[in-house]
Amino acid sequence: MMLQDKKVIIIGDRDGIPAPAIEECIKTTGAEVVFASTECFV
Amino acid sequence: MTLPVVKGASYILVHTPDMIVHYGTTCALEHETNPNSELLKKVPEHIRPFEEVVKYAPNQAYIGNILPDELSNIPKPWYKNLMQDATAEGKMGEIVDQDEFYLTIKLSDAFELVMFEKSYLADIKTKAAAKPMYTEKELSKIKEGFEISEIEEKVAAGAEPLYSNHKLVGCVKAAHDKDKNLTSHIIVENLVVKASGVIALKNLIYRNNIPAESIEYVIECSEEACGDMNQRGGGNFAKAICENAGALSATGSDTRGFCAAPTHALINAAALVKAGVYKSVAIVAGGATAKLGMNARDHVAKGLPILEDCLGGFAVLVTENDGVSPVLRTDVVGRHTVGTGSAPQAVMEALITKPLDAVGLKIGDIDKYSVEMQNPEITEPAGAGDVPLANYKMIAALGAKRGDIQKTDMMNFIKEHGMPGFAPTQGHIPSGVPFVGAAREMIMDDKIQRAMIVGKGSLFLGRMTNQFDGVSIVMEKNTGKQESAEAVSKEEIKGMVAEAMKEFASFLLGGK
Repeated sequence: MMLQDKKVIIIGDRDGIPAPAIEECIKTTGAEVVFASTECFV
Repeated sequence: MTLPVVKGASYILVHTPDMIVHYGTTCALEHETNPNSELLKKVPEHIRPFEEVVKYAPNQAYIGNILPDELSNIPKPWYKNLMQDATAEGKMGEIVDQDEFYLTIKLSDAFELVMFEKSYLADIKTKAAAKPMYTEKELSKIKEGFEISEIEEKVAAGAEPLYSNHKLVGCVKAAHDKDKNLTSHIIVENLVVKASGVIALKNLIYRNNIPAESIEYVIECSEEACGDMNQRGGGNFAKAICENAGALSATGSDTRGFCAAPTHALINAAALVKAGVYKSVAIVAGGATAKLGMNARDHVAKGLPILEDCLGGFAVLVTENDGVSPVLRTDVVGRHTVGTGSAPQAVMEALITKPLDAVGLKIGDIDKYSVEMQNPEITEPAGAGDVPLANYKMIAALGAKRGDIQKTDMMNFIKEHGMPGFAPTQGHIPSGVPFVGAAREMIMDDKIQRAMIVGKGSLFLGRMTNQFDGVSIVMEKNTGKQESAEAVSKEEIKGMVAEAMKEFASFLLGGK
């Protein structure tokens, strides 16, 4: 409910939770994913 | 099954204090966008002297003087708790200073693109002559240097400067006046990866008493690309490195895959040896100037020394089974495929449990996992966390989910089957492969039986795919038993049975 109708930017972590995995979760909340990218922090 | 072995490994670091400021992307971009920034003013105060770099415990672990596990006994921060008796000479490699490295760059300069000031060049040549790894023959190829005025002129015209203790001592010229792939900057990057690769391969040969001519093939697995405007990334660093390291009987090729490339190269080397194509294959990689001082902004802001002050390099030799050295289990290879997806559980299953399940091994049967082995003291101040620990937590969680380990034992599992990160954040250098040498030592000393080497790469950085990648392979104690070459294979038995059945059928049909 918290994210219903919100726009979401996702920055995933290759050694943590990658963006596509977060995106799948976010999709179930009613939010709109406007940008999703996995980054490498090392 | 006769398996290939890890015959030796070398690990080298090159302390490059002046290169951080001019060639590391963080400082170089700052020079371009904000030349009067506070960061650039403060950077020189945060650069460590060579002696401190040598005494830094993670560096000692990298060159093989201590095992990675021993870092757990050294209080943090490691940059304050130095190993006072440490030396630049390592069991598996060495820490080289910038002067010696500049000389290796000059030795690697096949096209006369590198210029050094006369007296500076004479000094570094004399210094190198004292080391057994440099032969008189190769040093005699170095001609006299240049007047500093000539170098200043070239730098003013676009050559990349080379500094020693903030003083201009040389430069690297572009290899073409219009070719964007042969600019002075790219030539510096490529000469650096070549020269540090040469040092790594020479260390492999020298410290393991390997006849250089015995190496038949070399796979180079760094992250740079050499080529011209018509074939960017054409290669071939491998053969260029062989030439300078004295591996004159070798040819080779370059394997790319971001940070996963070294583990791909290890698997490829094992496959080439197992297939009998070559008896002796080395994998080698030099370091990346771009990543020098990558997290300098955070290190400076938090009052730390700039800990990314070294280039990394390594080499591993894979040969036919000698009955002693640890084997590479070519039948226990994990791979993250296109279809695997990016869910953390799916990734870990593909790299860890799927290959183990195929041969009936459990997660706990691997004594040590070598994952992304970045030194956490570098990454934590920059907010990237403890990367090896994050990877170990995922392996432990997968083990707990499968019932291989108890949930309450997860932290013990991480302690026993993991290790502290110790490798420099040089991209391909910390991924899986830094532990191959230590694993070899631990397996031969009966401290462990098996280790899994896991390499992961961020393919999405190249903007050709959103995927990342990973591969893994298991190293195991050599039983010393060799399967007889004359043993009959399953296929041959099938053939013999089929032949007998055919003869029997003919007998029945013919009524004989």
